[in-house]
Amino acid sequence: MITEQEIRRVAELANLALTDHEVAKMALDLSGILTNVDKLNELDTTGVEPMAQVFVHAENPAGETATLREDRERPPLGNRDALANAPLAGSGYFKVPKVIERA
Amino acid sequence: MTGPLVDHTIDSIRSGLLAKKFSAEEFTREALSFAEAENPKTNAYLTLAPERALASAKAVDEKIAAGIDPGLLAGVPIGVKDVIVTRGLRTTCASRMLANYIPPYDATAVIRLEQAGGIILGKTNCDEFAMGSSTENSAFGPTRNPVALDRVPGGSSGGSAAVVAQGTATLALGSDTGGSIRQPASFCGVVGVTPTYGRVSRYGLTAFASSLDHIGPLSRTVRDSARLLQAIAGRDEMDSTSAFTPVPDYVSELNAAPEGRLRGKKIGLPKEYFDGLSSETGDLIMRAVDVLQKAGCQVVDIELPHTPYAVACYYVIATAEASSNLARYDGVRYTARASGSGTLADMYRVTRDEGFGAECKRRIMLGTYVLSAGYYDAYYLKAQKVRALVARDYAQAFEQVDAIVGPVSPHPAFKLGQMVDDPIAMYLADIYTITGDLAGVPCMSVPCGTTGEGLPVGLQIFARHFNETEMFRIADTYQRTAAS
Repeated sequence: MITEQEIRRVAELANLALTDHEVAKMALDLSGILTNVDKLNELDTTGVEPMAQVFVHAENPAGETATLREDRERPPLGNRDALANAPLAGSGYFKVPKVIERA
Repeated sequence: MTGPLVDHTIDSIRSGLLAKKFSAEEFTREALSFAEAENPKTNAYLTLAPERALASAKAVDEKIAAGIDPGLLAGVPIGVKDVIVTRGLRTTCASRMLANYIPPYDATAVIRLEQAGGIILGKTNCDEFAMGSSTENSAFGPTRNPVALDRVPGGSSGGSAAVVAQGTATLALGSDTGGSIRQPASFCGVVGVTPTYGRVSRYGLTAFASSLDHIGPLSRTVRDSARLLQAIAGRDEMDSTSAFTPVPDYVSELNAAPEGRLRGKKIGLPKEYFDGLSSETGDLIMRAVDVLQKAGCQVVDIELPHTPYAVACYYVIATAEASSNLARYDGVRYTARASGSGTLADMYRVTRDEGFGAECKRRIMLGTYVLSAGYYDAYYLKAQKVRALVARDYAQAFEQVDAIVGPVSPHPAFKLGQMVDDPIAMYLADIYTITGDLAGVPCMSVPCGTTGEGLPVGLQIFARHFNETEMFRIADTYQRTAAS
């Protein structure tokens, strides 16, 4: 059973401001889901390599790899397009609230 | 008159255009006005795109007038799931967070389908950030199933399945992370395809769980999905997980040797896929298997022994990846920002609390928890090992058989609101679709009849990595045989 205290700690890690009601509901939901997840412990996975991805054809016939390509210049998105959806922008930058409060 | 879209396929639109029965512009105008009139019944489109659609249609007409091939998808009206970005056209991910987001670029799949002459009619509804199995988690209201308006269309690509079933598009693009193309396709009685992982570029698909996300087609016929896949598949240097493997001309391969082409093919029935099925669904699946057997397939009983662990495995891996992918929605670069003062940290938290719906928060929290110090090995690493076992199940099964068939969902479309309060029951119903995503194999849903209440059921077909052709052969033979 996950405690409400643990939920508050995880919410902080996830940058979520949950209401008290949400914290209580989340503790119940996550506890239920993790009880189901505990089923995984029925399996002996000794010696099994963890599988991070399933991509199977990472090379072309010429031996070119999927993850490395020629490094060449190309036009970037551009400042105006990059800022077009910003809730607050100015002088070509994203604007954010104060990071540190002055004493 | 061009007739309703439900009567059209890619080929019939192409013939109509080339025979000058109608122009792409006329056809598109009619499709747009039909979609506008019908959409309020289902809320399947979130945004219609008349300007973009008509511009694309004019380009097709100009090509035809100039005697240039107008492309594989010439003049075909297409709905695009609203998690796939479209330049200059609002892309919300069905979230309040992105309610006004206008992407500055197109997804590769979008570029390719428009280059092939396809017409994007609009953006389709879905569960928020593709998280859900009913399209009820949309910030813009649920989509209703066109077959039974009091029921869900499935999810998360519910809008894409609904526009095809409703005839307000001929084709649609969806995305699938744990069944989000196949399950709504089965609920709405249309074809839905999850290609091999890496077959279609994910560039421009809003990331949910990157190691599991796929873009794929929905349509009424198997051939139309095959054609759409051909248009969008292939290596893209903007996605390092897109494959170099050459893209076949799937429809030509379907046309080659149409008679007796399934003779001697071995299809496996996994016994784990027939526990806990509703009896009507089970009967329809077995009737479809009979059709395939009569077409020459040899039916083999097989095992995918780790299937009972797939849901647990998936909900650890998918939420872990999601918690990381959704960290970018922070009220700085392209999302709404919560009003009010406070520090930067306060702004992040309040923005995310206001912007995300309940299901997204639940998954972000679960994903953050399983990745947090002290739990990583017990949950995340364990799940990655179980994923390897699920993938091994498929590799071993494909040593014995050419394809695997089974149900898509344990039950047909349920009523709106019926499962909203029980997230675990909703997750568990993904049991038959999740394994395909975990293993990265191609899989699809093809309609195989309706229940006594008239609700569609889908037959699921899995094939080996990059062997979509085999899967399409079985599905196409089934669809043609069942229709005749």
